Parts: sequence; structure tokens; C-alpha cells
Amino acid sequence: MTQLKIEASTALCQLQDAGRFGVRHLGVTQGGALDWVAMHWANWLLGNPLGAPVIEVALGGFSVVAEQDCVLGLAGADLDARVDEQPLAPWRSFALAKGQRLTLKQPKQGVRAYLAAPGGFQAGSVLGSCATVVREALGGIDGRGEALGKGQVLAFAGSAPALREVPEALRPVYSAKPVLDLVMGAQIGDFSGMSLFEAFNSDWTLDSRADRMGIRLLGPQLVYQGAAMISEGIPLGAVQVPPDGQPIVLLNDRQTIGGYPRLGALTPLALAQLAQCMPGAAVRLRAVVQEMAWQEHQAWGKRWQ
Amino acid sequence: MKLRIEVVAIDSLMVRLFDTIDEANMPWILAACQRLHAAFGERLIELVPSYTTLMVQYDSAPSTARALIAQALEGLQPDAGNSGRRHEIAVWYHASVGPELPALASRSGLTEAEVVRLHTGREYPVFALGFAPGFGFMGLVDERLATPRLSTPRKRVAAGSVGIAERQTAAYPAVSPGGWNLIGRTPVRLFDREREGYSLLQPGDRVRFVAVSHAEFMALGGDDSPLEAQA
Repeated sequence: MTQLKIEASTALCQLQDAGRFGVRHLGVTQGGALDWVAMHWANWLLGNPLGAPVIEVALGGFSVVAEQDCVLGLAGADLDARVDEQPLAPWRSFALAKGQRLTLKQPKQGVRAYLAAPGGFQAGSVLGSCATVVREALGGIDGRGEALGKGQVLAFAGSAPALREVPEALRPVYSAKPVLDLVMGAQIGDFSGMSLFEAFNSDWTLDSRADRMGIRLLGPQLVYQGAAMISEGIPLGAVQVPPDGQPIVLLNDRQTIGGYPRLGALTPLALAQLAQCMPGAAVRLRAVVQEMAWQEHQAWGKRWQ
Repeated sequence: MKLRIEVVAIDSLMVRLFDTIDEANMPWILAACQRLHAAFGERLIELVPSYTTLMVQYDSAPSTARALIAQALEGLQPDAGNSGRRHEIAVWYHASVGPELPALASRSGLTEAEVVRLHTGREYPVFALGFAPGFGFMGLVDERLATPRLSTPRKRVAAGSVGIAERQTAAYPAVSPGGWNLIGRTPVRLFDREREGYSLLQPGDRVRFVAVSHAEFMALGGDDSPLEAQA
């Protein structure tokens, strides 16, 4: 058993995994790493199952000290990580000796970094997952949905393969204005023609009103002309348009049912890109068709096989 | 019933059966649930029934899933009423835990006892779960009980609070914010992570509320602390 002691943390530093499944019909949200691609790479570095429990650190402010010599994996945003005072670039596994301190200070590029441990961080499974969902009081180290806090201990028990890096060509690029693929949904034809043009030909600015439930996009006002909807299931990445015409992208901790019309839903890759965008950043939306998006996604996922 | 299959996301389709909220929808939704579970088996990731729809998330190509859904639901007949469970939920109807009880009564020229009689006088299907784990949207309540949501939602509603919004009724499984008109409180645990299936209520179940006295409420393990004070 190896342990890390948390010396600094914030409400945005949480234990996450691939999320909670088979319970959406009970009103239980999905949870899980917002940037699942970076989580996969962090786990890949250590030979873990790709959805093993990791620490999601948004914006920095996180620090741990090793209680034994160990190897960890870091992927995702560059949060100005240091081992003691030595800079540590992400997308690699690294050694942390007993007594050494790992610090993730502040965002240099991207928003969310993922820290993995050999075999995954240990936490009880609540409804099939350790994903932290504060609102539902589920998951996390204590099982009660709390974010990681100073003084807590993170434990793991696996052994790590030789140190390695994610091949440079396969590392995601956190571009200044990402283009996010959106699978067109059933109500898309019920928006005005002008709104459809603007949806896919305007820059959208990420509002500061953003959390793990959803991110609001600011831009032209979209006009829905269809009938009022009755609440129905909401998929991950749904782009819903409330009456004020400003879309909201619904993320891992979203409500499970809702009645706003939707343009459609972002693809998983688009969601991973979005998870690395700061409030105030601009994004574009690109309309894609479900079957083609699915085939592309299957091909893309082969990199981990 | 007119079946439509719509695109929702890269790995999800919406099965739309109806266009209006109606208690008579639920036997069809339940029957569709059973058939979809059987047809998809291990490939089913999520199946989210709601008032008029079922959202299907699956691990397969969209074209395959679409064909599976169409095939599974061919010749669909409503469930004969044997699959959804029936529940009796004890409620202590009282203004100290249901502060809108008096207003709801006076609004329709009813006594509080008549409100209780109307609320307990029907069996309600569970249309969907959402808002919070184990929160079941039920209805429809008698038209005389229909009341719009509070204009300003409460920041804190006690666990077990029983409320009405328009013609729907529900009980809050845990402390949370909420905008429903509260008329009483149940001692029943609606969501329990240690229970098989976790949630007392499942979509398609049928619920009858039963009025109990304060003494019975306490004997059943109820917490009668005021609305904002409950731990």
C-alpha cells in the first residue's frame, strides 16, 4: 500500500472515474472525468484500466506529499506542475520519492489535469463508481460526494511499468478556438433558419457560469419555433436552448431529464476539448451526422487498443 | 400511440411514443422498457423512461440500434399491470412540515382535511425520476389541488417533504433546494444506497399516499423538525 497525503486542495479537485451507469432512470447523474481523453492517457501511462479512479484537478491549487516512494501519471492541462521546485511537464509518468511534494499550481495551458496512480486510487464504489458528485452526495474518498480536502490520504496498491510518455503525435492540442462537433438532434429543424446559420457560423463565448453540470455559451440569440417539450432523458453533451436563446452544454453532472429543446449533443471528443477551455474562450460548433460521428469515434479509440 | 425513433447523441436514440402527459401512457412505456432490455441485453448502457419517451443509450452502431429498437417494439402492447410495483407512502399532513397546506386549501375553497382526502384519494403512476436521485414525478392530482410552483424556490427543503407542482406530486428524497408547494412529510426513505435497486420508486410504479397522525409519523421514524432546521 502506497499513500499520498493531501497538503492543499480546492472544491475543484475531485476523485473521478468513468462515471456511474445503469442508474440514470433513478435520477442519478453520470459524473466522471470531464476530459475523459486525458483521464485515459493518465491511466495508460501506468498500465491501468483506462477508466480507473484518478484525481481531476481543475485550475490548480493542489498539492500532495508521498509517504512512500512511488510512480504516478500526469496528463491533461499544464497546471505548472512541480516535483518539489522542479518543473514537471504533463503526458508522462514520473517518480515521486518519499517526502517529495507534487504541486499543481495554476493553469498555463488547458484547465483540467488528471493524476493517476498504479492500479488506480482506492475508494469505495457507490452505485458502481467512485465518481464524486457533490450535489448528490455520492462518491469520492469518503463515499459522500465531497471534494478532496487537506489532510486526507490517497491510497493505491498497484505496481507501475517503466516510466513512459504519451507519444507526442498523440497528445491532444488545446487550441485557442476549438471546433466542437455536434451530432444534430431531432429538434434541430425547429429552430429558425437564421438561428441554424448563426449556430454553426458564429463564435460562441464560454460564460463564467460554468460547472460540472453545464457550460453556458454566449452569442447570437437562437430562436426555437417548435412546440413546448415534455421532460425527457438528456444525453451527455446535450446542447439545450432555454427561452433566452443562449445554449447550455450539459456535462457529466447534468440533471437526468429536462424539457428544453436541443440542437443536438457534442461528441465525446468535443466534450474533452471543451473541458480544457477557460471561461471567456471562444469555440465554434460544427454539425455532424450521428452514424459518421460514431464511426470516426470508433476509429479514433483504436489508439488505446 | 405512434412510435418515432429520433437522434439524441452519438450513442443514444429517443423512442417517442406519445405527445401529451397521460397516466395511460405508463403501461406502454413499461412494456417498451421490458422489450428494450431484452433486445439490447449487455449492449444497453442506459434506458431512461419519461412521460412520453424512452431514451436508449447503447454500445453499438446507431444503425444497428435503430433496427433493434424497431424490431423490439413491433406490435407493442401495453403492460397488463403486473410489472410496476405498488407502494403506500405514509404522510403526516400538517402545516408545520407542509407550510403550503393552508394556502392550497383556501385557494380552492377547501378545508385542509379535504385537501388530504383528495391527495390520498388517488393512485398515482410514477412518470419519471429526475431532479435528484429517487425523486419521482407522479400525478395527476385532482384539478382542485393544482398549484403553480413557488415564485421563489426554497433554498432548503427537508428530506421527506411531500409537495405539489401544477398537477404533479412528489416527495423529496434528501435535503435540497425546491420550489414545490409542501403539504406534509413522509418518514419513508425514498433513496438508500444500501438498498437493492437504490430507489424505492421506479418509473411505472404506482403510489398511494396514506395520511398518518403525528404519533404514527414519529413511530415510523419521521423527523418533525421544522423545514429549514433538519440536519
